[in-house]
Amino acid sequence: MPRLFPPLLLLAGIAVAAMLLAVAVGSVSIPVAGLWAVVQGDGDQLHRTVVLELRVPRVLAAFATGGLLAVAGALMQVLLRNPLADPYVLGLSGGAAVGALSAMLLGLGAVMVPGSAFAGALVSTVLVFGIAHGTGSWTPTRLLLTGVVVAAGWGAVVTFMLVIGPTERIPGMLYWLMGDLAYARSPWPAMFVLALACLLIMPLGRSLNVLARGPLQAATLGVAVRPLEWSVYVAASVLTAAAVTTAGAIGFVGLIVPHMLRLLIGSDQRLILPASALAGGTLLVLADTLARTLIAPEQLPVGVITALLGVPTFLYLLYRSR
Amino acid sequence: MVKLATRQLVIDIPARADGVPIDLDLCAGQVWGVLGPNGAGKTTLLHTLAGLREPRRGEVLLDGKPLPSLRRRSVARQLAVIFQDRQDSFPSTVLETAMIGRHPFLAPWDIETAEDVELARNALHRLQLDGLDNRQVSTLSGGERQRLAVATALTQTPRIWLADEPTNHLDLRYQVAVMGLMAEQAAAGRAVLVCLHDINLAARWCDHLLLLYPDGGACWGEAGAMLVPEALERLYGQPLTAAQVNGTRVFVPREVG
Repeated sequence: MPRLFPPLLLLAGIAVAAMLLAVAVGSVSIPVAGLWAVVQGDGDQLHRTVVLELRVPRVLAAFATGGLLAVAGALMQVLLRNPLADPYVLGLSGGAAVGALSAMLLGLGAVMVPGSAFAGALVSTVLVFGIAHGTGSWTPTRLLLTGVVVAAGWGAVVTFMLVIGPTERIPGMLYWLMGDLAYARSPWPAMFVLALACLLIMPLGRSLNVLARGPLQAATLGVAVRPLEWSVYVAASVLTAAAVTTAGAIGFVGLIVPHMLRLLIGSDQRLILPASALAGGTLLVLADTLARTLIAPEQLPVGVITALLGVPTFLYLLYRSR
Repeated sequence: MVKLATRQLVIDIPARADGVPIDLDLCAGQVWGVLGPNGAGKTTLLHTLAGLREPRRGEVLLDGKPLPSLRRRSVARQLAVIFQDRQDSFPSTVLETAMIGRHPFLAPWDIETAEDVELARNALHRLQLDGLDNRQVSTLSGGERQRLAVATALTQTPRIWLADEPTNHLDLRYQVAVMGLMAEQAAAGRAVLVCLHDINLAARWCDHLLLLYPDGGACWGEAGAMLVPEALERLYGQPLTAAQVNGTRVFVPREVG
């Protein structure tokens, strides 16, 4: 019954086009013929270096990060049965930020920043879940409230770190907080996590459709509710942690992409999850292209662009929908 | 043949004494009605029978096997529940909603087949929801949503129906239609249990009744034996007048003089 392929093919086409554009555009702009030459293995040496060593890895990292955040957002929204949930709602980005900024403050060097961001995100996940779980069982509301409060706590720690931090490190810390793909080293870990998550989560799409209608209804339709909720929680956390580790705390993608897609193509999770991966990736590729070209040679944090692009688009779609 | 049975079942309502343990045999072809005042535990009982809640004591058996020993998926292939209220956090169409009834029958990678769509369409037709396939559920009236819930259960093709006030929000015609559907399902060899507030609907369509008292007391048996004014008056704390209309007993609240 659900027509899955036409919308997904369209989104995949747009994603490829966006990535090509992003590879071609920048401080050194490369014509189509130049790109083609590079793809074939020859061409101008400068073009080769720019495309293969700088732009392609960065574009892939942007795509993977955007995809991770959007899929994590879609999962969190189903888990919490709240369309306003985003990947950061459970304090993940706060934990990651504290981890990353600690590494920067201690002068551990750029190599340690991703690792401690990942550790921070996971610590926050376990903390929130542990507290929400408490002595009894957790409910979406309880999880949400715990996450919001823990996130506020991390926020205070981050502010404290910014205040006591040495002046020369502040810009780097701020860029990390806004999300910045200039730090992305290799796109492959994030790409791998995204591909793996898509493979594992896609078969759960219909169960998630049922879960979105409440745990009791889902249980009577044969869904093992607790194991499914656990899997979704762990998956969303790992996806978010991988994204934050790659590019810092980029906002809005995880909230807005699944939402926009729902307004456009309905809320069948079998379609929303892969579509989120494609559309989230595309959005971040485009945002990152703008971030490095708008005031070139200076770069903007990509989080500023996702917010500036995402907010009006989202408000327009919301206004237009019933 | 017994389908759903309880053995010495005490439902778990916080801060209430155990009361009378329930031994119920819900068999193919029967329509059981559950009557009781607000807070007597009708919904808790229904959820316990569906395996959605742990009982305090005793057990629920499906074809002789304890419910917790069965996989949720295999229970879902036999037993459908109509809930009193529903969550729709995300937008969804009428047809999509009815189609979730097929979930227990589909493997993870399966996509609904033409037969599944056919089953859902027939169920929607049976509840007179034709032509609403692509309507958003959030734009339906309360009565239409209620009928959609019944249609979703019908799409699930259960052998056992557990319905929590399935006539809520329905006008008189649809109350009759839904109760008629329950009776028809029973006549076709399925087992039905409905929680009801309307004694007269119970008297008209149920062949067995379970009366639940707020203090944990309970009595059950054939409808004829249960429908005595004294028992019902004690159940609701409301004086009643009984009458006989076309062979069916009718109960009307009586003014206290």
